[in-house]
Amino acid sequence: MSVPRATAAVSEQWVGGPFGDSRFKYFLIAPALFIMLSIALFPLINLLVVSFQGISIIAENKSFHGILNYQRLAGDSRMWKSLLHTVGLLLVALPIELIFGMAMALLFVDKMRGRQIFVALLVLPMVIAPIVAGATWRLMFDNQFGPINQIIGWFAGRDVTIVWLADSSFVWPAILATEVWHSTPFMFIILLAGLAGVDRSQIESAQIDGASAARIFFKIILPAIRPVLAVAILIRALDLFRIFDIIWALTRGGPGTVTETISTFTFVKAFEQFDTSFAAAVAITVVLILTAVTIYALRRIEIAR
Amino acid sequence: MTVAVRAAPGSSASLWQARRRSLKTIARYAAAVAITVIFLFPVFWIFMMAFKTPDEIFSRPPVWLPADFNLDTFKALVRDGDLGAIWTSLITAGVSTIFAMFFGTIAAYSLARFKTGGRNLAIGILSQRMIPPIVIVFPVFLAYVFLGWIDTFHGLIILYTAFNLPYVIWMMRGYIEDIPIELEHSALVDGWSRWQVLLRVVFPMARAGLFATTVFTFIFAWNDYIFALVLTRTEVVTFPVQVTSWFGQQFVFWARIGAMSMMGTLPIFFAVIVFQRYMVRGISLGAVKG
Repeated sequence: MSVPRATAAVSEQWVGGPFGDSRFKYFLIAPALFIMLSIALFPLINLLVVSFQGISIIAENKSFHGILNYQRLAGDSRMWKSLLHTVGLLLVALPIELIFGMAMALLFVDKMRGRQIFVALLVLPMVIAPIVAGATWRLMFDNQFGPINQIIGWFAGRDVTIVWLADSSFVWPAILATEVWHSTPFMFIILLAGLAGVDRSQIESAQIDGASAARIFFKIILPAIRPVLAVAILIRALDLFRIFDIIWALTRGGPGTVTETISTFTFVKAFEQFDTSFAAAVAITVVLILTAVTIYALRRIEIAR
Repeated sequence: MTVAVRAAPGSSASLWQARRRSLKTIARYAAAVAITVIFLFPVFWIFMMAFKTPDEIFSRPPVWLPADFNLDTFKALVRDGDLGAIWTSLITAGVSTIFAMFFGTIAAYSLARFKTGGRNLAIGILSQRMIPPIVIVFPVFLAYVFLGWIDTFHGLIILYTAFNLPYVIWMMRGYIEDIPIELEHSALVDGWSRWQVLLRVVFPMARAGLFATTVFTFIFAWNDYIFALVLTRTEVVTFPVQVTSWFGQQFVFWARIGAMSMMGTLPIFFAVIVFQRYMVRGISLGAVKG
């Protein structure tokens, strides 16, 4: 955080000083900024323009429609439901991933033979393409040929034929399981690194004083890993908010619109119904919400340092 | 209590302690193995599809292991030219990674050493990464239709480059800041040019960071689905799009999905295992140094 004065002096000399070549720094950053601006900013401005027009599959109406699309959006219950689904999944999945990840990190934080191999294997689900993860679990949950019904059947002692992905009361648990499987390793590996940085001597002296495991966890470990925890939660929350691939592979938002999220809703509006201007308004709304939240969060938790 | 712990070996107290410790170790291993099995089971299941016969895939109750590991599915993929999807993914992810790494690293150098644009520019760049892909791809789609770039290699490569640049800049800025500035300083005093310093001092010093960031940048592009889904049709088919093309209305080609998943996933597995040391820093956007 704090820049030592010596470093500040060096960088002053660095910029001006005997090698004064102040254009060099702009020259270095120009190509990257050009690519990012032309692929993100200009299309985004175009999106903003389109969101105030009346373009759809039936009309190529480029006249100014004011906030008509935004009014329609405000009254669109399907869009609000998809937003609700997204936030709901986030609020349920995130704590579960956090608790599982923490439990696993606590299990592996102490030295044990073969620990490296376990950790390497446990990280693998995370790097699988989300679309492949979705396809995998679609097969796992298959009511005929999937192993999940089979395994539940062993415990139930009878044939189980739950139609996981087409039954509105089972489809969310199925999505949740897939998401938790895919992302718990992320929490695990970050928390494991966080735990490794906790001062052992403090824990040991607390143990000698007879503190309970729960007390040590909440009073010593948790405060020590708070910054790590904040980063992990921020990254995962942003990922969960834009969830698309897993839902698309498992249900495509179905049955009906039961599992539609804000990303799949936008996709359907933009690329299946070609309700272009309306979809643009939805996208702009999402950007506004997320940018505000992200910039605030990034400044708060000092991801920079 | 502490006296009992330090009791001579062979005393009942230390025996009891030793037994308790070994029980605890056994319990830890049991938990570790159980968790690993649960997490790897789905991977095992999809990979096995590649080796099963149609009868084994569509049997009830499910068959867990194929009777023999036949390679017919892989042969069929080669015969039908479906392996082209891996090649397409390799080109699009590979070329975009090279671009993003080069332009991103020099930009990161500018941010790290000259504080170009201050802290706000750095955070502004990172926040670009947080925009949901669906929001990025929609206006890009409209622009590409206008430019005639739909279903082209360069269209997809440019988008991947732009999408990965914020990540590369952010990560490399951190890695470059870890390098002592004095080295570059004395190289300049010795009369090296700025570019010489960059290519012959900074790049070699940031080697580890460069490799790790390259791996993660590549994985993002390699695993992407939504950009490719929206921006490509029939000419440029990446492996995730190919996988979903086998979800038919009437029939799902699980054997092919399994084989393609395996070929698309195993290389990533090995890359990640090799770069495990840099994993935490890479996935936490540099916040956790691991």
